[in-house]
Order: sequence, then structure tokens, then C-alpha cells
Amino acid sequence: MSRLEIKTPSQAQSVVESLYRTVERRIAASPPGLCPVDMALNFLNLCHAQSCGKCVPCRIGLGQLSSLMEKVLDGTGTMRTLEILEQTAQTIVDSADCVIGTDAANLVLMGLKGFREDYVEHVTHHRCLGNLKNPVPCVALCPAGVDIPGYVALVSHGKYQEAVKLIRRDNPFPIACAYICEHPCEARCRRSMIDDPINIRALKRYAVDHAGVVPNPPCAPATGKKVAIIGGGPGGLSAAYYLALMGHQVTLFEKQKQLGGMLRYGIPSYRFPREKLDEEIASILSVGIEVRTQVDVGVDISFEALKAEYDCLYIAIGAQTDKKTGIPGEDSYGVISAVQMLREIGDNQMPDFSGKNVVVVGGGNVAMDATRSAIRLGAKKVSCVYRRRQADMTALAEEVEGAIAEGAELLTLQAPLRVESDEDGNAVALWTQPQVIGVMDSAGRPRPNNASVEPQRIPADIIIIAIGQGVESHGFEQSGVPVKRGTLVAKTSSQLQNMDGVFAGGDCVTGPATAIRAIAAGKVAAANIDEYLGYHHVIDVDVEIPSPKFDNKPPHGRINTAEREACVRKHDFQCIECGMSDEEADLESSRCLRCDHFGYGNFKGGRVGRW
Amino acid sequence: MVTLTIDNQTVTVAEGTTILEAAKSANITIPSLCYLKDLNEIGACRVCVVEIEGITRLVPACVNVVSEGMVVHTNSARVRSARRTNLRLIMSQHDCRCAVCLRSGNCTLQKLANDLNLFYLPYPTQIPKKRWGYDAPLIRDESKCIKCMRCIQVCDKIQSLNVWDVSGTGSRTTVDVSLNRSILEADCAYCGQCVTHCPTAALSARDDTEKVFDALNDPELVTVIQIAPAVRTAWVESFGLDPETFTVNHLVAALRAMGFDYIFDTNFSADLPIMEEGSEFLERFTHTENYQWPMFTSCCPGWVRFLKSQYPEYTDNLSTAKSPQQMFGAVAKSYFAEKMGIDPHKMRVISVMPCIAKKSECAIDSMKDACGDPDVDIVITTRELVRMMRMEHLDPTVLKPQNFDSPLGSSTGAAVIFGATGGVMDAALRSAYYLVTGKNPDADTFAQVRGMDGWKEAVFQIPGAGDINVAIVSGLGNTRKLMEQLRKGKVSYDFVEVMACPGGCAGGGGQPIHDGQELAEKRGNVLWHLDKASAIRYSHENPDILELYRDYLEKPLGEKSHHLLHTDHHSWTMPLRPER
Repeated sequence: MSRLEIKTPSQAQSVVESLYRTVERRIAASPPGLCPVDMALNFLNLCHAQSCGKCVPCRIGLGQLSSLMEKVLDGTGTMRTLEILEQTAQTIVDSADCVIGTDAANLVLMGLKGFREDYVEHVTHHRCLGNLKNPVPCVALCPAGVDIPGYVALVSHGKYQEAVKLIRRDNPFPIACAYICEHPCEARCRRSMIDDPINIRALKRYAVDHAGVVPNPPCAPATGKKVAIIGGGPGGLSAAYYLALMGHQVTLFEKQKQLGGMLRYGIPSYRFPREKLDEEIASILSVGIEVRTQVDVGVDISFEALKAEYDCLYIAIGAQTDKKTGIPGEDSYGVISAVQMLREIGDNQMPDFSGKNVVVVGGGNVAMDATRSAIRLGAKKVSCVYRRRQADMTALAEEVEGAIAEGAELLTLQAPLRVESDEDGNAVALWTQPQVIGVMDSAGRPRPNNASVEPQRIPADIIIIAIGQGVESHGFEQSGVPVKRGTLVAKTSSQLQNMDGVFAGGDCVTGPATAIRAIAAGKVAAANIDEYLGYHHVIDVDVEIPSPKFDNKPPHGRINTAEREACVRKHDFQCIECGMSDEEADLESSRCLRCDHFGYGNFKGGRVGRW
Repeated sequence: MVTLTIDNQTVTVAEGTTILEAAKSANITIPSLCYLKDLNEIGACRVCVVEIEGITRLVPACVNVVSEGMVVHTNSARVRSARRTNLRLIMSQHDCRCAVCLRSGNCTLQKLANDLNLFYLPYPTQIPKKRWGYDAPLIRDESKCIKCMRCIQVCDKIQSLNVWDVSGTGSRTTVDVSLNRSILEADCAYCGQCVTHCPTAALSARDDTEKVFDALNDPELVTVIQIAPAVRTAWVESFGLDPETFTVNHLVAALRAMGFDYIFDTNFSADLPIMEEGSEFLERFTHTENYQWPMFTSCCPGWVRFLKSQYPEYTDNLSTAKSPQQMFGAVAKSYFAEKMGIDPHKMRVISVMPCIAKKSECAIDSMKDACGDPDVDIVITTRELVRMMRMEHLDPTVLKPQNFDSPLGSSTGAAVIFGATGGVMDAALRSAYYLVTGKNPDADTFAQVRGMDGWKEAVFQIPGAGDINVAIVSGLGNTRKLMEQLRKGKVSYDFVEVMACPGGCAGGGGQPIHDGQELAEKRGNVLWHLDKASAIRYSHENPDILELYRDYLEKPLGEKSHHLLHTDHHSWTMPLRPER
């Protein structure tokens, strides 16, 4: 018997550890639409198995909660069962000795509040409100509902033109999305159950990079109906594209010099090369869309005049205004907004930051775009000031890592206090109040609080504010378009509640979001405008999806794309990301589990061929 | 073409053929359960799994296609074991008390269990509770449901009504009325196609045989039974006999043996709607400005339910003529009761129908025109009729054929074809032609309306009336297509015949069930043969009909026939199609 022993995990323990990792992945791959009561019950059972068993509320109480929930699910529960469930869970929260018990019971309480109607439906009608509407996780989570298993299979078979055609049926921006989509599709990829999600975006990029010029489908016979679209970003262009295919006469009004919206005036070209953007826009316009740039609706032409002239309007003006921090000294020279800076870059007016200290305020993707652009514009030093921790940044992790690799300094837990300027009014420093991270807010993000230390001075010649964008809603509000908290109000059909024939969608309705959500909104608007105009044009595509192979699919690493070396790429605005090699695309595309065919997919919802 | 090896046989089939169908072409049967060709190829039950060389896991044969050089084993030890285990798993959640099951002896699950020698179950049983009332004529017994999803598919793909859906998720996934409705709240046509495509007894028609026995056993009551045209094509199937040898006259003998007082043919009252509907059509045709156009037949209650729920704005396009079943009831409890001196309140009119929707039709509150009681009291399906015969130990092979009773027992060839798609149109045109021209057309003049196409169109010229554009659809999916085109103005007709079930009543939801077989065409042909062999092939020549008009009704569309033989389709409501 030795006095102390080195801890070594037993074989059983290491197998259990790997099971835990599998369970984590599996939970992450839960498809949307599952019965929440059933999921809560099974979480609860897992939690109960973690109990050490010392204390009554946890050892016995969690088990009784489980039995009560079984009763609810089996249809033998009553409203009284729900009362007992709630009261027991509250007692466990109040009296369990440690979080194993309190947190588990809290999960039950959260569910009783959060999806009470599901509980009640089970009790009163012995059935469930949950339902797997779209069983293919990637398609379900793609805002535009692109047929992802379809195009991944086409890539796997070397049919890149067909892949692009298939994507365009639901999304006229395959190239843009190949480069910059935030790929919500990957979040619940069923492949996560065995290894990692398919690298869907990179496969799309492989398809667009290898497809060459892909012609668009012919337009339907002209209907004689006229539609005006306000805003030439991804949302407006998407609506214009589908409406033109449906045979309507589309005129697109854009305030800026060029089309593309945030794809041009927000996203730097090192993420999405300009020539690719221009190629995509040219393809969209080739279906026959009249474009009028540098026309500011409300200034150059009134909203009412458009309403009178056109059968239908679609407002897709995005979220183009910057938000101010409101700190003293914000009006000093050298303090600029990220929106304004990126807009100038979009029109090829490159500011010169040579030898300057640049401080970027914010932690979102726009802040990273500003940071990395500033580096490329010759800044001596670029620091990114953020109130919370790096982990709390809303920017994609790879954007943050990329910025760091390119030499950006992250100054986290610093809240901007004021801008110090010289006698000429030029900014010379940003003063910040160091923060200490605090309790979680209701959304689960920790709140920063002032730390008991002195403010800090960060020397800065240029201060770039990137703390969010707003919608230029004022003019539309005056014309009677409903506005709430700064964004336009439209129904999920994108139709305005109070104004016949006027539709709105994208960032101007949701607040700043992603390109794919704007594209999806444009697609939705096109469909509903078509119906509104009295038509039912069908958008479909004649592409045969290869039948799945029976390959055995053992766990296999996900293939990530490479990036150009940080020390090289930081000097130019050329694309950072390298595309997949043939070998990589082949391996990655063959990892797809084909949920369109296997599982629920061959029964219902596996393929929506047309809209 | 693709060449592969199945169980050591070389098989060559077209590209895209499933492994299951490829095996079938080589006379190799792969057991299957949820599979229904072209309708339900979803690999849910995993009974049809096979082993493919080079593929680690087993593969369901129903939903995967062959490839060149594939080597398939349909019955290896591993396959057999998986098949039996999966079947046992299914049975662990199925009420296996087969002896007291409607489908005992005609159940795909039972047959597979027998074939695979499953004589014990190692798992604890977890049988869901049946929660379903008896108000609707359609019954779902969850304790029998194996979640094969066929009902969902047939309702979605063939009938386009989407009444069924998957309900719940995970271990509690089941099938239920879609959108969390009850069956009574649903826009279900009660066509019963889900019932005839169910492999077990999870779906059935409400059993009303006890009510019939009660009526037979009550000495106070006079029982009058009518037999629908399509019943005669299918009832003997259940005895394994041929319907052209064992005719409706054997059935009459069986019913007589059961003790029915009067046995009549619904065919008689199929001639009656032809007189009424044909006259109505001519009235509408010559006064189109007064009516919504085109005119629709109204004899199929599934279709009437469909129209009223999906396209209620077209309700006035329906002929106001009642269905043959309801006309029969109204005439039986008035004309016939008077003629025979029977108190109509002591009369029970019972129908044998190939149909489930007829059970709800007879219960419509406004169908009480003869004496204030329901014109038709009880409807049983062909399947219930067979069950009653078996309860009475009646063997068709020893029954001596007998004739229908008089006077509601005579009929024509024009009436018998009501049971097949196109039949109503054919019969109506024969009489319409006569009513306009005073001359009979050749009985096969309108043969274009016959056949199994889901949507048929024809134009006929009737001298003196002009061109008549007709359409005939069967199956509600086809019907929806027609209605949509009609609504958009893409098609226009004068007269449209609709039958809710594919192939018409011969393929009705109340007919005997033969899993995996579609028998509407074969049964329909029996009816067309009967028409050909009939002495009289025109409704307007039925002597009993002529007598009925002469003695009682006076004339088609007259006051009395309006009261007894026509109905107001607005007098009852249907749940509307839900927003989806």
C-alpha cells in the first residue's frame, strides 16, 4: 500500500470519457422539431445518473420528476401532474445540496415555463406539438433552403455546373455564399454524430471555382407587371433575379455607385474578391433587370412616386448606418465609423494608415473586418478594444484568430471611456475603463462590470467605431411604413401589414444579419410578390441528383481549407482562403451521409424540388 | 441495363430498379412489410434488408437501387437474424392477440411472423393505448399500428388530402390526424383508401354488423337490404372464388338465409339518379345562364365531402340528385312502404356498400325525407357483409342463386356500371341522348369514358343538343388537379363525373383487402361484362322505374321526386381544408 498514488484512468473510465464526447456531439446534432418534453425528460435522466446519491432531493426527487414526465408523455398525466412536477422541481432547486441537483431541477422548471403549451397538449390531448417538418438538418437550417445534399452529391460526381444550377434555384448567390456564408447549415449536420460537420461552404466554393460560366434559366413570358426594388444588396438582387425569371419587369434602385450592398461595402475583398462579386452580379443582371444606381429613394425620387408607378415594391435597404458610442470626444478627427471606412474601400478609395496607431472598438465581424483592413492599409499597430472576453466576441472565431495571426492586438475587458484629442481636435488616445466579467445575462452571455482599477490610456491616431449598424428607416417611416425600434415591420411573408403591394425584408427588417438571410428574404418576397400579382410561377431546375452510394462511412476527419500565410496575406487585399484540392473535395463530399435519402429523408421532406 | 447477382442467380434489370423489384423479376421474394410499390418506398420496417458483398451494413431492398456487378444475398444467416429481430421488435409494440383481430388471416404482419417462424417474443410488450371514438366511420387502433406510414402516403400522394401525419418524435413517434386535429375536425373524405392500404388492423371501418343483427333479431322490424353494384365484384374474393361464377344472385341467397325480409339491388336506384341527374343535366345544359358550370355528379359521398371541404365555392355545381343509396332509402320508406302496407317507422333500410363514406352519408341530418326517420339506417361495407356471412356459416359454394325481390329489384346494364369509373357518365349519356332525341344510342357509343385513366375527357355530339364536353376523374389527387385547372380556367366541361377512390367504387375503401394488389380494374371489368350481358342497357327502359314514375313520382324533377330524390348540399357542414 503506497502512501499516494498517481491517478491513471481505468479503461472503463476512458471509454466513458469518449462516450461523453460522443454525447456532446450528438446533442449538438439534434434536428430541429423534436418533442421538447421528451428531450427534457431524457436530459433529466442523464442528470440523474450524475447524482452522487447523498441527498434526498437529487437522489429521489429527480427520479420522481422523471416518472411524472413519463406520465405526461404516456398520456396518463393531468394538470395536477404538472402542478406536482413544478412544486417538486422547485423544492429540489431550493433544497438540493449542490448544482447536480439544483441545475437538473432547474432544467425542468425552465421547460415548464418555456414550452408549457407542449406539456399541456400532452396532458389534454395525449399528443405532441413537436414535429420534424424538414428532416434534412442542413436544408432545414439554411435560411434559403438550398438543396445541400443534392449539390454535395453533384460535386462528388464531378458535376459542378449542375451543382451551381441547383444552388441557384434557391439562392442566386452561389459564389458569394461559397466565400462568405456563415454556413448555419453546418451547425446540426448529422455527420457530427460520428465526427464533424461536412465542410459545406468549402465544397460550394469548389463547385463555383470549377463550374466555369453557368448560364441562367430562361425567363418566363413577360407578364407586363412592374416591380421596383429599393436596395441593390444580396436581398434586393435575389428578389430581382427570381421576379425577372418569373417574367416580371424589374427595376432596381441603388443609392450607392455600385451594386452589391454589404457584399461590396461591408465585406473586404480579402474575404470575397471583387472580381468574383462583379462576376456574380453580372450573372444575376443577365436575366434582364433594369438598374438605376445613385438614386436615393426619398431624396431623388419619392416613395409615393414609386408606389404610383409600379405594381409592387420591395424594400431591401439593409442596415447601412453606423451606431455611435456616445463617449466624449467621439467627434474628434481621426474617429471614423467602420461602416464608412469599409464603404470607401468598397469604392476603391483606400485610406492611408501608414505608420499610424489604429484602435478598433467592437467585437463583431465588422470590427474584425475593420481590424484586418487597417492592417492591410499599413497601420503601425492595430488594437481591437472589446468590453468582454475574447470568447464572448460575436465575430466568428476564425475571423478573430485570423486577425491575431496578422498581428492585431486584442484588448479585451476594456470599455471605451473617452477620446483624448490634441489642440487641433485630432484624436491621440482612447481612454478605457478596465472591466471584470460578471454574471450571465438572460441570453447566457456574461455581463462586464467596471473593475476597481484606474482607467487606461491607449494611444491612437485612428479610432474605428464598429459597434453595430442601424437602418435608415426615417424616410420610410414618414411615408407610412411601420417602424419599430429602428427597423421596418413586415410579416413573415415580407408583406407590410398596412400597405398593399409593398414588401420589405432582409437587414432593414431583422436588423444586421447575414447575407444568406437577406437572400432568403429576397426569395420569400419574390414568391409572395408573384402570388400578389396573381401568378403562380414555379421555380425549378432540371438536375438529376445522383443516387447515394452504399459506401461504408467510418469516422473521418473534416477537411478544412488552408489560408495564405499570415505574414504574406496581411500586405494585400487578395483572397485569404485557398480552395480545396481535387483530392480534398472528393474526400469531403463523400463524407456526406445523404440525409435526403437515409432516415426520414426518403419519406418526407427529403427533397423539395420546386417553389 | 444493369446485371447483378442475387442469391447466386444472374439478374439483368433496367437501371434504377430497386433490389426488391430486381429480385421479384427473378422470382426471388424478399419479405417486406412497409413497402408499397411507387407509394411507400421508405425502408422503415427494415424487414426487407439484404446483404450486399463489400458493404458492411445490411441494406433495405425496397429503397435502394441495383448497380452493376452487385452481389446480393437475400437470405443469409445475418439477414435472417436481422429480419426476425426487427419483426419481433415491431411485434413487441403490436397487440398480437390475433384471434380477436379484424384482420386475422389477412394481415401482412401476421403472415410474416408465421413465415419467419416467430413462435415466441423475447421482449416485454409495450402496447400503446387505443384512443379513438366511434363517431366517425373511420377507426384507428393505435395498438395495431406498426408505423409503416402507408396511410400517410396514400392520403398525401393518391388522395391529396394529407389527413394523416407523423405525430410526436423519438420513441413516441406515431401516426395521427395531421395538425393535431381529431378525425371529426378533419377534412377527411372517408374514402377509406388508408384502410385498404393498411397492412394490419390499425385502420378499419366502424363495424356496424351488430346493429344489423339487432334489426334482424327484432320481430317488430321489417329489414330491407340493398346491395351496391361494386359489391358483387368483390364479395366472393374473401372466399377465394370467382365473381363471374358466384354472382350477386348467390349473395341474394346468402342474405335471404340470414333472414332479411326484402333484398333489393341498389342498381334499381342507380337507374333512378340517371333519370333525375340526366334530366337535371339537360335542364342545366339548356339554361346554362342560371347555373354554375360545369355540373358535377353527386353520387360519391367521398367526393361530395372533398368538394365541400376543399372547394366549397363549387358546391352549387353538384347535381342535387341524391346518391343511389339515399334514393333507395327514400323510395323504400315511402313508395315501397305504402305499396306493401308497411309502417316505415318499423322498417330498417340497410345497405351493403364498397364504401366507408356511405356510413357518414346516411347519417346526414337532412337525409330523412321519406318519413322523418333516416332514409337509410345502417351501412355495412363489403368486408362487414363477408364477416356476417362467416358468422352465419354460409358457404357460397352450396348456395342456390336467387333473384332480387320486386319491385325495387330490377335494374339495367346502365346501373351496374355505376361501380366503375366512367360508368355514371356512360349511363347518364345513354339516357340523355334518348331524352333529347327520343332514340336510343348504341349502348357502346360512349365507350371513351371507360378505362382506368385517372382523368379522362371526351366530347360527344347529341343531335339537337350539340357538343357535350365531359370529364371523368377518379382518385382525389386527380380530382384536385382537375379542380385546379378548372378554377384557373385552363379546362372547361359541361358534365364531370368524380369518384373519390381510384378506379371508382370497385376500388372502394369498403372492399376486401388484398395487400399489395390494386383490384379496381379487374373488378370494374366484371361490371362492364355484366352491362354487356344485360337485356336492358338503358336506365329509362327499366320497367320498375317506369312504373315508379307512373304510379308515384310522376316525372323526373317533379315535385315528389324533388322532395324524395334531391337534396340540399348546403344543409350540412364539412370541416374546411386547413391552412398549411
